[in-house]
Amino acid sequence: MAVAQAANDYRLGAQAVAEGVYVFSGRNEHFTRDNGGNIVNTGFIVGTDAVIVIDTGPSLQYGEQQRKAIAAITRVPVRQVYVTHQHPDHYLGDAAYADASIAALPATISAIQTQGNALADNLYRLVGGWMAGTQSQSPTSTAQPGAVEIGGRKLRLIGTAGHTAGDLMVYDEASRTLFAGDLVFHDRAPTTPNADLLQWLNALDQIRQIDFKVLVPGHGAVVRDASAIEQTRDYLQWLSTSLHTAAEQGRDMVEVMNQPLPDRFQKLAVHDEEYRRSVSHLYPAIELKSLPRR
Amino acid sequence: MSRARAALLVCALWCAGSLPAHAATAVDTPVDPLNSPSWQYMRQRFLGKDPMVFDARVQVQMPSAAEDQMQVPVHVSAPGLTDVVDVLVFADLNPLPKILRYQPTSAAPDIGFRFKVEQSTPVRAAMRTRDGVWHVGGAWLRASGGGCTAPSVGTGQGLWQDRLGEISARLWPQQPGLERLRLRMIHPMDTGLAAGIPVFHIDRIDMRASDGRLLASLQTYEPVSENPVISVDLQHSGPVRIDAHDIQGNRFAATVTP
Repeated sequence: MAVAQAANDYRLGAQAVAEGVYVFSGRNEHFTRDNGGNIVNTGFIVGTDAVIVIDTGPSLQYGEQQRKAIAAITRVPVRQVYVTHQHPDHYLGDAAYADASIAALPATISAIQTQGNALADNLYRLVGGWMAGTQSQSPTSTAQPGAVEIGGRKLRLIGTAGHTAGDLMVYDEASRTLFAGDLVFHDRAPTTPNADLLQWLNALDQIRQIDFKVLVPGHGAVVRDASAIEQTRDYLQWLSTSLHTAAEQGRDMVEVMNQPLPDRFQKLAVHDEEYRRSVSHLYPAIELKSLPRR
Repeated sequence: MSRARAALLVCALWCAGSLPAHAATAVDTPVDPLNSPSWQYMRQRFLGKDPMVFDARVQVQMPSAAEDQMQVPVHVSAPGLTDVVDVLVFADLNPLPKILRYQPTSAAPDIGFRFKVEQSTPVRAAMRTRDGVWHVGGAWLRASGGGCTAPSVGTGQGLWQDRLGEISARLWPQQPGLERLRLRMIHPMDTGLAAGIPVFHIDRIDMRASDGRLLASLQTYEPVSENPVISVDLQHSGPVRIDAHDIQGNRFAATVTP
């Protein structure tokens, strides 16, 4: 066991996706004790005198290892961290950046303050020792949507919602790289515990207007076209339509969970589990609309 | 399962002849297919000395893991099993195991609902047929703490104080003589296990034809989720009257037309 403890190594290798822009790719899986919660994409942008980190991963150890991996690429210090949203796999490494500014949207900060500890506890149950020393902490500042220049890199912060009540995207003007957070999933079924599907679909419309060359989804491989956006849209649209249809047909929640997914979604990683979770999250509100008050 | 049923079959053959005393023991303790630590106690408590068999036709469908421990969806059914007069649903390892009881007088022995779960547990349906035998089926549910001993959301929000017992419902005709009823009632369904909040739940929901004839009767207990949503399949066409009450004697009624 002592050996296993010492071997909590996420083996983070930065992948260059554009000039001065790097991504750490997570696995398209659920949280397990094997992957230690590394199911998420994080990244960083290197400026002249500042590095900007986008999301810090599922644990303190991830954050520390991420920081080390960045230092192996550049000697420029990390000055700014952006947290894309409230989900624990995206920000629990924040404690590794106590000397940097950590910014998020107001809705994200408030969700982390109210639910962060419970989410961290739950992740601890799922992945175990990888979480040692991890504590949920609130971001230190509010991200202001709009243009910002850090270390000579012109960035655009885009505040949206839909996957959660606050979804921050970071766009790098020079490389036209868009860090889309969990508004975009790629070859992995989207998660919906805090989702508003209509808002989310609107956010995807907004993303389609952005002139990007590289898109970094929250989960799944980096893309250079709109395919991941369209895949996410297709799934969410289908999910919304099929849940509303089922409610209008008087289906019970378990019956809805047992419906098979269309063939085109069978290739999405963890589609079975995520679909059932989504029915749990979304069906109660949808079925209420089908039950008139007597 | 198969071993238990084989044992039962062997016994049934023996019983046709002269019955050796020890054969009865084989019937009394069929092997629990879910290997639950408290099956014997559950059986004693809920089924007493009644004859019972584990029966794969009795299905308890639910997700294998609880996504929301306050609202675990379950659908109980028994395709191929006829003459069911009583349905009992319980979770062996919940602090309050008994979830609901249902008499489908003129209805299929199928019911959909949600319940609060405290920890991983078998969830079982026992269905008594007219011949007095309980047919038991079930499955394991994985969960990790916090359903039954957490306060209801509504109690925290005070929602129910203004809308207690409000009924929303609809009928979906399936085929001649068969219609699905889905209903939702506003009620905190407090278990009494959350600190400072006394037990308070709906305990009976009767479904009747317009002429008063009882179609089905449901008794709900503490683990049924807050603001219960119930689905049943009634052997009936036309309006249904819902009569319900809670353990404080509050009465709730509504009529649903197709």
